[in-house]
Amino acid sequence: MCTWIIEKAEMEGSAKGPNGWFKLAQANVYYDHPYDAPMDHALVIDFVKNPNKPEGRVAIEISAESARRLIGSIQTALETGEREHSLG
Amino acid sequence: MPNYEGLLAETVTFEGDGGDVINAYLARPLGPGPYPGVIVVHHMPGWDEATKEITRRFAHHGYVAVMPNLHYREAPDSTPDDAAAISRSAGGVSDDRFIGDAEGAARYLGRLPYYSGSTGIIGFCSGGRQTYLAAGRMKTINAAVDCWGGRVIAKPEELTEKQPVAPIDYTPNITVPLLGIFGQDDSSPSPEQVNATEVELKKHGVNYVFHRYEGAGHGFFASDRPSYRPVQAKEAWGEVFKFFGANL
Repeated sequence: MCTWIIEKAEMEGSAKGPNGWFKLAQANVYYDHPYDAPMDHALVIDFVKNPNKPEGRVAIEISAESARRLIGSIQTALETGEREHSLG
Repeated sequence: MPNYEGLLAETVTFEGDGGDVINAYLARPLGPGPYPGVIVVHHMPGWDEATKEITRRFAHHGYVAVMPNLHYREAPDSTPDDAAAISRSAGGVSDDRFIGDAEGAARYLGRLPYYSGSTGIIGFCSGGRQTYLAAGRMKTINAAVDCWGGRVIAKPEELTEKQPVAPIDYTPNITVPLLGIFGQDDSSPSPEQVNATEVELKKHGVNYVFHRYEGAGHGFFASDRPSYRPVQAKEAWGEVFKFFGANL
């Protein structure tokens, strides 16, 4: 169903939207009915500049399977990158 | 021209909760009326294309239908999906604000020269929950249709500052006929929750009809999603128009 359940993560970095790059403040993550993707439920991430204003939002709506693949890819990329750059 | 059909759909504005001006999507037949009113309550993704299509569907069937943009204040000049995202980030629409906006929609309908004087309300998903709430709290509506509203029954930990009371607690105050449309494969509301709601409605003597559809889950009217069930949706839409036809 439609819920208000949301996970928030503070972000440090940049995102690029239709008006160019902006400084990222937060990622809002939820699993609910998407707006655009033709799915019953999707894992949605809103990367936002300001949680209270519409300017600066990059959104993705992906399937649960895609989201799990993404988690794996992020973990692998981080581990590989930190090892290669001797940061780990 | 005996078979002439026409409708008009447009954005309108009116005063919602607290006197704030909000926008709404209005669809009406092109004729003198009188037409009953229907307040359409969108789901969480917002003031979207699918719910606007539903609003036009009511106009096609002889109703003047209005869908308030419940997320308007969050981003008045932005797109519905951006506004919904901000609203979600802020904890969603408060129940009191929703009731104020729905009352604004009812007042707006009351000013239209082609309005018949009776108003129904219908909502989907989170809008179904809000419709159940409206049935218990609004005195300006004459019939209500809850389509798979989840969290009508809520656990204490599911109540929030913005949604402080479970809609089921307003059941004793419901004086209008209520139609419920549910999929038996839904998990929110689950068949058990629908049964528990029915027990409360019976206990308080509410005039209600519930239709439960086998082989259908949540949101089975949504023709752009895998949840769409054309056979069950067609039958259920027939029940909606039968219900409003009898009660408005």
